[in-house]
Amino acid sequence: MKVIRSVLWKEFVQLRRDPKLFPVIFISPILQLILLGYAANLDVKNIPAVVCDLDRSAASREFIGRFVNSGYFSVEAEVERMAEIDRYLDHGDAAMAFLIPRGFGDNLAGRREASVQIIADGSESQSASIGVNYAALVALTFTQKIVFEAIERAGGSGLSPVLVKPELRVWYNPELKSRNFMVPGVLGLILMIMTTTLASLGIVREREAGTMEQLIVTPIRPYELIAGKLLPFVLIGLVDTAFVISVARGWFGIPIRGSIALLVLLCLAFMLNTLGIGLFVSTISRTQQQAMLTSLFFIMPQIVLSGFVFPIENMPKFFQIITTVIPSRYFFVIIRGIMLKGAGWPELWPQAGALLGLGTVILTLSIFRFRKKLD
Amino acid sequence: MRFLPIAFVGPVMRKEFRQIRRDSRSLVFMILLPAFLLIMFGFALNFDVKHIPLAVVDQDGSRLSRALVEKFATTEYFDIRATLDRTGDIDGLMAREKIRAALVIPTTYSRDLLAGRSPSVQFLVDGANAMSGTTAAGYAASILQSHSQKVTLNALAKHGLGGMTRPLRTEVRIWYNPELRSARFLVPGLMAFILMVTLTTSTAFSIVREKERGTMEQIAVSPLRPAALIIGKLIPYIILSLASAHIVLGLGWILFGVAVKGSYFLLLLTIILFLVSGLGQGILISSITRTQQVAFLLSVLTTILPTFILSGFVFPVRNMPPFIQAITYLIPAKYFLVSLRAIILKGVGLAAFWDQVLLLAGFAAAILVLSVASVAKRGMSGE
Repeated sequence: MKVIRSVLWKEFVQLRRDPKLFPVIFISPILQLILLGYAANLDVKNIPAVVCDLDRSAASREFIGRFVNSGYFSVEAEVERMAEIDRYLDHGDAAMAFLIPRGFGDNLAGRREASVQIIADGSESQSASIGVNYAALVALTFTQKIVFEAIERAGGSGLSPVLVKPELRVWYNPELKSRNFMVPGVLGLILMIMTTTLASLGIVREREAGTMEQLIVTPIRPYELIAGKLLPFVLIGLVDTAFVISVARGWFGIPIRGSIALLVLLCLAFMLNTLGIGLFVSTISRTQQQAMLTSLFFIMPQIVLSGFVFPIENMPKFFQIITTVIPSRYFFVIIRGIMLKGAGWPELWPQAGALLGLGTVILTLSIFRFRKKLD
Repeated sequence: MRFLPIAFVGPVMRKEFRQIRRDSRSLVFMILLPAFLLIMFGFALNFDVKHIPLAVVDQDGSRLSRALVEKFATTEYFDIRATLDRTGDIDGLMAREKIRAALVIPTTYSRDLLAGRSPSVQFLVDGANAMSGTTAAGYAASILQSHSQKVTLNALAKHGLGGMTRPLRTEVRIWYNPELRSARFLVPGLMAFILMVTLTTSTAFSIVREKERGTMEQIAVSPLRPAALIIGKLIPYIILSLASAHIVLGLGWILFGVAVKGSYFLLLLTIILFLVSGLGQGILISSITRTQQVAFLLSVLTTILPTFILSGFVFPVRNMPPFIQAITYLIPAKYFLVSLRAIILKGVGLAAFWDQVLLLAGFAAAILVLSVASVAKRGMSGE
């Protein structure tokens, strides 16, 4: 134990030697979180749109009014000719266009089928699909109104129109704020990036500098060396977690509905994985540059294929299978579960088990490789 | 001699090349990592929210309520994963992420409908993922509305008011990306993201490494000027990254069918400007740090999340609050992304996005000047 303590002490002295390291480790996560907390906003409102009303009738004006009043679209311009729509969409000045052809009002009045065109900029496919969805909804409501009016005019004949009304209940995040989803994710990401890169580069640097050999000839046992080397990063990770959680809660008011103790415990389980990967990278790299590129190779999939932004259930089956060995995937479910859903052990044990299992395997393998390198 | 820094660019370049070549694994990684990541992410990612796992609680159990359930079952937006008897069971399923939404049809549904009253159904959405939550709620609203319309029209037809079917037809046209394929949308974004991260990190070590090894001092006593040093260090990486960017572009075309619609020359110009920005950022980071550890952390932290989130790749910039929008001007990937989408997907000319190219060029120039100034100020000796 005493030996571990002195290795730990040596590590901290070494880390302190670079005066820029601690600001980077402790201040940048907070800055990142604040920036990204504000930026992460998918609540698609006020989609810029252009309107081309070729009909200019009372009905067409009412139809357009419904789009404007829905709050989903903001009309940037009204154009006279279809060709002008092109310019707005090409330049990215509008993301949607509504085109009402001549005869719209007459057709509706004459009970013939009228048509409108909704044009969306598909190069931003996400906003486009949300926008199209909204527009369709607005058009449907309009249609409904016409039908109802027609029924009334027909004298009702004992009929009244029915409407199946959805009573929408949104759980966990009633205002559907993207921020509440993203901020816990950023915590996981920062924890992973910090611990994996610090561990991998720190160990390789020692080898590059040749001081690793000096450590080997001392009577330190391998497990003491590894524990002493990795523990500082565990501490750094925990402090970062505390920082990020307090900012998430204090600044953004994101709730923590579950148990904080469980959260800390599972952060430790997650760090088994991230530090294990860091250690593993250090055993297969000769220089810090190699370690850096190799860490990147391990970090990037953990960001993109982990459900941080892109839901795993939308991925093809093959990739869904690959994600089962990505530790951050389980951590994202855990952290969002604890913070947003108030989930506890009964809901999260499968994820916790997976994290522990994966972490143990990764760390054991890396320690095994590390020891072989020492001999 | 000091007025002729250009004369030294050649030797610095050759030295840097030799150093890169010595480490063959890093070289291979630098060129192929972007391609590998593009393949992986391009196939795996999908923005389309479809097949949302749904639970149904049909308390009514009538022919009419089954018709509504059927309506949900037949769309590709929802997959019915569970049919529950009690609403209490929804809780557990949603917390364990087995389902993302639930439809509850109350016992009064068919009675209301037959009596000509408007029934209501409950739709529960897991809002934790705001993105898919919003979409799911939207789909459900559309399905319910078109279902009510059908019910009403059927009733009308029965009373001899047939001619009213479908008074309004909405035609949806999606431009630039007609099938709304995520790959087409994602490939430009992924290109910007992957290139930025790999570019910045690959040069992040270029100066700090020399400091750590003490070779920077040798350079300092030579007649080499900071500008020549930085340009000489940059050129080999630009050449490598150009190769890498072309592999990515080629793969985007072969695997994802994202062909370049606009001018190749324009594309090349924006790519080079973007490369200089990314590589310059790496060199700047390298010049202000003392250890490779910090240099790497800084370059990862200033590229991964900002390019992912502040560039407009995932989240539209126009939704951000004004001061964050101001910050996005510091993210070169933002300009690159707008230009890429314009060239690759829209196939429009420079007139539509010249401002972006200009801003990108300005950014690249500023980064270069800053890194030269930083090396000059700190002295090449390190601190």
